[in-house]
Amino acid sequence: MNEPIIQNTIWRKKETAVKLRNIISFFKTGPEKRNRRKSIANPFWVMVLKEVGDHVRSWRVLILIGIIALTCISSMYVALSGMSDIAKPGSSEDVFFFLKLFTLSDGSLPSYFVFIGFLGPLLGISLGFDTVNSEQNRGTLSRILAQPIPRDYMINSKFLAALIVISVMFFTLSFLVIGTGLIALGIPPTPEEFMRVILYTLLSIVYVAFWLNLSVYFSVRFKQPATSALAGIAVWLFFTVFYPLIVNIVTKALQPSEYAPVQAMYIFQKFKFILIQIMPNELYSQATSTLLMPTVRNLGPLTMDQIQGAIPGPLSLGQSLLLVWPQVTGLVALTFLCFILTYLAFMRREIRSR
Amino acid sequence: MRTKIIEINGLTKRYGDFTAVENLSLTIEKGEIFGLLGPNGAGKTTTILMLMGLTEPSAGNVTVCGLDPVRMPIEAKKRVGYLPEDIGFYEDLTGLENLRYIAKLNGIPADKADEKARQLLQRIGLAEQMDKKTGKYSRGMLQRLGLADVLIKDPEVIILDEPTLGIDPAGIKEFMELIVRLSREDNITVLFSSHHLHQVQQVCDRVGIFVNGRLLAHGDIRTLAKQLFSGNVFSVEAKVASVNSDFKGSGSGSSPTENLTEEFKKIEGVENVTWNETNVNIACNRDVTTEIARIIVNSGAGLCSINKKEYGLDDIYYRYFEGGNKDE
Repeated sequence: MNEPIIQNTIWRKKETAVKLRNIISFFKTGPEKRNRRKSIANPFWVMVLKEVGDHVRSWRVLILIGIIALTCISSMYVALSGMSDIAKPGSSEDVFFFLKLFTLSDGSLPSYFVFIGFLGPLLGISLGFDTVNSEQNRGTLSRILAQPIPRDYMINSKFLAALIVISVMFFTLSFLVIGTGLIALGIPPTPEEFMRVILYTLLSIVYVAFWLNLSVYFSVRFKQPATSALAGIAVWLFFTVFYPLIVNIVTKALQPSEYAPVQAMYIFQKFKFILIQIMPNELYSQATSTLLMPTVRNLGPLTMDQIQGAIPGPLSLGQSLLLVWPQVTGLVALTFLCFILTYLAFMRREIRSR
Repeated sequence: MRTKIIEINGLTKRYGDFTAVENLSLTIEKGEIFGLLGPNGAGKTTTILMLMGLTEPSAGNVTVCGLDPVRMPIEAKKRVGYLPEDIGFYEDLTGLENLRYIAKLNGIPADKADEKARQLLQRIGLAEQMDKKTGKYSRGMLQRLGLADVLIKDPEVIILDEPTLGIDPAGIKEFMELIVRLSREDNITVLFSSHHLHQVQQVCDRVGIFVNGRLLAHGDIRTLAKQLFSGNVFSVEAKVASVNSDFKGSGSGSSPTENLTEEFKKIEGVENVTWNETNVNIACNRDVTTEIARIIVNSGAGLCSINKKEYGLDDIYYRYFEGGNKDE
């Protein structure tokens, strides 16, 4: 029964792929042609446009788009095939029917938002790892920095260009998912659902921007692009694999006995929560799951007192936002931290030709 | 009186314990072609980086066109063109696109940038290759494109770091001539570094010799030679056929070589005469070849060969490098 729907969506994908290609060819014409109308352009935007053009024409971005698109298609397939089981009329779940497209999984494949959470760092690292060192190795860095532009234009423009590419990619994907859902399900999203998806997309962009910034920092720090890519991947692996392990070991050693007072238990749980929250990927997954699953009501440990009297039900958008505000702030702060590090490393360093 | 365009005062750059440039003071005047000559690792590139504000001096100060490149880098970079050693371009763009990009970074409007880039490519003789990707350019072409890249902002000063590296001899000659021509046409001051003496000798108005981070001497080549060889700019080498044969000289009892030496020393300007068997080397501060030839011939000793030697940069260079090494 689902077969025609799926075929339909795949066919739609083709159509959108054509549209995507049109967008790409728009960039392929190069910044020069489009810029000719403006008589004088700020050097910064000249640089940004060039970088965006470079990204769009590069094989790297095409491969990344391919990977992300495949992810999107496969998780959509899983979500849509599982949809019929979920959608039982009358249940409270179907209030946020549309968001299920992003979060639903049958266990064989992770859901869309988990996938993006996993691939986001890869995307950020691969767009940023050779930002500065490749310019240096090509011998173009000292030539560009001998032009009358502030030195930070170099990193700012590259960061912004990569961010533009990521933003376009993520918004396209989110809208594609919404569009596919619209066709396959036949119900339009509610304004709240739409807002949640937009916020989720923005948050994903911030998350990728963090990894992008980190890899830009490594690209300033390490001369070889391979080293800087490896450093980025090492940090990513550390946070996704080893850090939770370490936290586990530490907390196990500190765990109070079963009969410890509630206060001690609470402090211990809080401590564990804080340790986990240092991870950027944890911040992101907490924030996105709250945004995409309105039924998530709290993130930290709660005592029985606090739960008592609470009516289970979805949170409003404002309340969900309030809940994830610390996580979002943390992510933005981490992004800024990486940016500052990059600045410190780059702004006063000596620029040799090669 | 010509105006000073680059002023360097007590410039020092240290990397930890290593001093790359030590207490360098130098002025370069407008319209001059100045050659910075020194072996590899002498601190030429470091000096240039400090002139461009691409690295900070440890002590001392620099003004370029009346501006401090550390404090006002953007204003300074508007006036100074810099061709780095081993230049690189965006290989997936054509020569024209590369130039246009740089022009726009200099705030030249897009349509004018295009026109200017084409004009410059014509001037440096790359007009036919301008639509080729720079990844396919030869080394010499890249270097020419680099020159266009430097000139597109209409600079007052251009700084070229080892501009002739990796070009074949014919290409070097052409390239140097191009630099001189462009500099004279637009009255651009040129500072370039090299470790090739002959190129420097050919085109430079003045030369600075740089060894181990210190400027040992500067000035035009003749002045340098005078400083170094205490006035003996020339030397004449002669080979005498037979100093033992009959000698009609006035002296009696003394050997023919001594007599000849006395004769030589009577010539004005001769300062030193040294014999090595039948070879004689005469150091002098003016050209006395003809006089020496006449004396030898008149003496009946027989002149096998005579060779005037003018001290070139080669000798200066090696002499200075020896001197530089002795201090270590």
